[in-house]
Amino acid sequence: MRIQFEKRTDRNRLSGFLIPVLSFFLAILFSALILLFFDINPIQAYSVMVKGSLGSTYALSETLVKAIPLMLTGLGVSIAFHMHFWNIGAEGQLAMGGIAAAYVALFLKDAIPSSLLLPAMFLAGGLAGAVWGLIPAGLKSSIGVNEILTTLMMNYIATLLVEYLYLGPWRDPKGFGFPGTAQFVQAAWLPRLTGRVHYGIFFALAAAVLLWFLLSRTKRGYEIRLIGENPKAARYAGINITKNIILVMLISGGLSGLAGMAEVSGIAHRLYMGLTVGYGYTAIIIAWLANLNPWAILVVAFLMGALLVGGDQLQIAMQTPAAVASILQGAILFFMLGGSIFNTYKITITRTRSKKQGENAHE
Amino acid sequence: MNEAFVISILVITIRAGTSLLYATFGAILTERSGIQNLGVEGIMMVGAAASFAAAYHSNNGWIGLLTAVLVGIILGVIHAFLTITMRAEQVVSGLAMTIFGTGLASFMGQRLGPGNSTMVGLQGPSFERIPIPYLREIPYIGEALFNQDILVYALYLLIPLMWFYIYKTRQGLELRAVGENPQAIDALGMDVTKMRFLYTVAGAVLMAIAGAHLSLGYLQGWADNITGGRGWIAIALVIFSTWNPLRAVLGALLFGGINAIQFRMQAAGTTLPSSFLNMLPYIVTILVLVFITWAERNTHRFGTPSALGTPFVREEKK
Amino acid sequence: MKTSKELAVQMRGISKHFPGILANDGIDLDVYSHEILALLGENGAGKTTLMNILAGLYKPDGGQIFLKGREVEFHSPKDAIEHGIGMVHQHFMLVESLTVTENIILSLQRSGMNLHANQVKQRILELSSQYHLLVDPDASIWQLSVGEQQRVEIMRLLYRGAETLILDEPTAVLTPEEATDLAKILRKMADEGKAVILITHKLNEVTAFSDRVTVLRAGHVVSNLLTKETTKKELARLMVGRDILFHLEKKKCKAGNPVLQLEHVHATNDKGLPALVDVNLQICAGEILGVAGVAGNGQRELAEAIAGLRHIDQGKISANGQDITNSSPFKVISAGISHVPGDRIGVGLASNLPVSDNLVMKAYRNPPIVQGQLVKKKSIVQFVDRLINAFNIKTPSSDTPARLLSGGNQQRLILAREITASQGMLIAVYPSRGLDVGATESVRSTLLEQREKGSAILLISEDLEEINQLSDRVIVMYEGKIMGTVDPETTPLETIGLMMAGQPLSAIEKHGKVEQSA
Repeated sequence: MRIQFEKRTDRNRLSGFLIPVLSFFLAILFSALILLFFDINPIQAYSVMVKGSLGSTYALSETLVKAIPLMLTGLGVSIAFHMHFWNIGAEGQLAMGGIAAAYVALFLKDAIPSSLLLPAMFLAGGLAGAVWGLIPAGLKSSIGVNEILTTLMMNYIATLLVEYLYLGPWRDPKGFGFPGTAQFVQAAWLPRLTGRVHYGIFFALAAAVLLWFLLSRTKRGYEIRLIGENPKAARYAGINITKNIILVMLISGGLSGLAGMAEVSGIAHRLYMGLTVGYGYTAIIIAWLANLNPWAILVVAFLMGALLVGGDQLQIAMQTPAAVASILQGAILFFMLGGSIFNTYKITITRTRSKKQGENAHE
Repeated sequence: MNEAFVISILVITIRAGTSLLYATFGAILTERSGIQNLGVEGIMMVGAAASFAAAYHSNNGWIGLLTAVLVGIILGVIHAFLTITMRAEQVVSGLAMTIFGTGLASFMGQRLGPGNSTMVGLQGPSFERIPIPYLREIPYIGEALFNQDILVYALYLLIPLMWFYIYKTRQGLELRAVGENPQAIDALGMDVTKMRFLYTVAGAVLMAIAGAHLSLGYLQGWADNITGGRGWIAIALVIFSTWNPLRAVLGALLFGGINAIQFRMQAAGTTLPSSFLNMLPYIVTILVLVFITWAERNTHRFGTPSALGTPFVREEKK
Repeated sequence: MKTSKELAVQMRGISKHFPGILANDGIDLDVYSHEILALLGENGAGKTTLMNILAGLYKPDGGQIFLKGREVEFHSPKDAIEHGIGMVHQHFMLVESLTVTENIILSLQRSGMNLHANQVKQRILELSSQYHLLVDPDASIWQLSVGEQQRVEIMRLLYRGAETLILDEPTAVLTPEEATDLAKILRKMADEGKAVILITHKLNEVTAFSDRVTVLRAGHVVSNLLTKETTKKELARLMVGRDILFHLEKKKCKAGNPVLQLEHVHATNDKGLPALVDVNLQICAGEILGVAGVAGNGQRELAEAIAGLRHIDQGKISANGQDITNSSPFKVISAGISHVPGDRIGVGLASNLPVSDNLVMKAYRNPPIVQGQLVKKKSIVQFVDRLINAFNIKTPSSDTPARLLSGGNQQRLILAREITASQGMLIAVYPSRGLDVGATESVRSTLLEQREKGSAILLISEDLEEINQLSDRVIVMYEGKIMGTVDPETTPLETIGLMMAGQPLSAIEKHGKVEQSA
């Protein structure tokens, strides 16, 4: 058997839709096998997950709660990926946003009028995330340090910094040993719409609109796309790559920072242990599955939110580890990756060496 | 600083450095062939979980090690199939592997204890230290080098072997060439796809063994997030080593040493918060990367295999 | 010699198609030992494809190959070399980071794990003296000149006992002197009984090197001839399929004010080695300055230094009196300098993006394409349609990814963009490389048109014919230095050849007219 690849001379529109759907189902099948291996009934497990994440108003609202940070970080990493800048650091940028927002809420609450407290937290969160993203951007554009590794290392550092703060100097003295800071004053709480769904959803929607506009309607968006496609051509066309890397990472880190701000201010109302639970990594999958399209990111983030809530429900209802969600995520990405080749290549599989007839028939 | 203290630092340096070096060797083999595998962390994690579970239930460390090898083969084949056969984006496939592997390992950790319970806190069989007579009597380094587990000793053999294989054998020459110029290797009638597949899988096996050494040798138990970024540090070490296994040894000792100092200071009850101590390896990684990148830029000397990350495509008209 | 000739290779009815192209259509070819066969044809005639099939790199869609009368089927280059057929590709298949010996070892049949390095080195030295192939077995490939690398490639085939050697455009990268050496080596190999196949599109090469010639056109064999029984004129007609080679009308130059000036420019290449050494030049409005030289002697770096893509260590570059030394590419573009880069796909295009995005790569920052920060889609459509029509770019639509265009149309796209953006100054690097005759003609006449409109043009090319045809003045570069400036109409080719081989013009003139070294 021989597999032959031929570059497509046309663009395949159907596969753009078919492949994600197909890879989703294959991933579900594949993960079902893993569940079976561990003696878990996959049908039962999946139905618990679907019911628990989409089956009721409450379930839906919880899914949205998870979707908000996923949307923001997903949008954040997507703009960096547009430029082939591999920002794997959304997790750390989110953590820094949370820290900065918590600092404002905890220590500046008396210095800032309460009506301005939320805007100040918003700014601080976005800025902290942006600064955290700026460090790898600067190292990359000035001396070419591998950004995958630096952004990743900075995730660990930021996560440990959060831990240091809520266990150490910022720990709630009246918390009876609970690992976390004191609760913020009410003025530092993001208003809620329904259930635990907070105004962070508007940040996410606004961010999607702004990103779409930036990328498809502005000069800057053209530059970013060109750098992503061919940095040499971009430099040749007179585009300042350093400036764009810095700008893009400010936006990218800023959006993830906002996700962190929204988490502490909209959900927990404190800096706590559960701030960094891997949203920043799921964001990478979301951006990739959505083909970096801002609207698609909103949709995929919602679905991934459902997956996470479903995983939690599974743990509660069947004592099955919630990590099923990450297994599914990874598997979807695997199949998606495997399928993406059909977009660029025509593939013919020939049985034996007597390929002549097969190929001629194909023409 | 007394002798006991220095010895304890050295002992941990070697133990911690061992799993790092296995993983780095795995990544060197893979990258030398032209394939980037960013899934080191995930593969190590599954290797650690699966080998511990297998060792625990069979009450045999060797079965655990064998399981790690199996894990390496399976995950290596997945990455190889996606990036080599299907020509998928290598960065993304590696990240997918890390996410998938982390999830799967955490799942196993919660599920594979006795009666579907957690593995956290379990005491299982492990690779115990085997003192080597006479040699361990050498002051300072004897205890560190010659009273270690079997995987450490195996590594002592692997270090010269890796060097010899890469620089002094025909297969090693082919490996060095295929990551530089796969078109040339293809034109000479060698099978680029097969070579890359093999080294990607072999590399993944070493990464999984690195994980097994964590749960069966160094830490002797399972904990969530047991690898704690060691897979990523290994990738940084590959850059530090300029793809040379002997220089990788230096890097692994450096990071093993940092681990040891961290460990000792914690045990000694330092005033420095543990969170800051734990940041140390990550901060050092960034500093090392910055330094190496800067140094290579100035000397115009790059060890990076030229074709790293580029899929090999033959029959295509330009 | 004719008596000892015997049929080495027969190819019968070979066909091969690529997406959108039928590269070989039922080709028959005979190759004899003791003989040098020239395979003549334009770019795209199917010569290289045919030879890649013979060398086992491609599998034919149809047809048969016979070696000494026995049918064979090659599944890989290894199969081919085992049958004694080896090929030196245009892009050398050497591993740069390895030494000559290591590269040779790589190509030998594997024999366990041992490298046998000393043994191999010994044999290299033997072959080296037998065929006058001078190479240092311990040198790393990246340290060697292109001519030396070519020798390593040939050495490798001889080492493996190749009986049939295929060379793809071997002189394209050589100085005239090196080319003469190569001719001697090839003749020596033929004398010793090898069959040599030379892929070429240069008529001079056919007459200087070969015993027999097979002409290909559009995937077919047009003719088989004995070299001594044919003429360049006949070959040209067979190759192109019409009577005359194109002839461009070039009006007398009316050079205006100096537009671009380089003074004492020094720069290094990517490896940190000197690439430009004390380069001084000046180009006036309405003038084409040709830069001749073997590839890799600083031409690329020269273009990059002017375009702001390469840092210069010393010296001054100015355009229209404005200092642009070490300016950003953006400032250079703003100063009105356009650049048709040598690496079309790697630098000149974002080949996955649509034609429209590629066409606005320079114009996107100016009105009417943008207003303020916003992109005006309507203006883009108008702009793009205008350029596609004006420069006759053949593309299914403006949304088609640029990679799907033919080489000629990709180049027209780049020219359209650059000429539109240019304000009086154009750098063109290898503008017609790899294009078919029609496309070459259109590219060259476009350049002449721009010259007549008063543009100052720096033309860098490996093709001496192109340089002589288009340029008003020619400079020759060797190892980053300018060997001299000459008038292409009055200077004999040999002089330019000597300069390309490293002799300064001053030295040549001192020794009177060109010396004929016997």
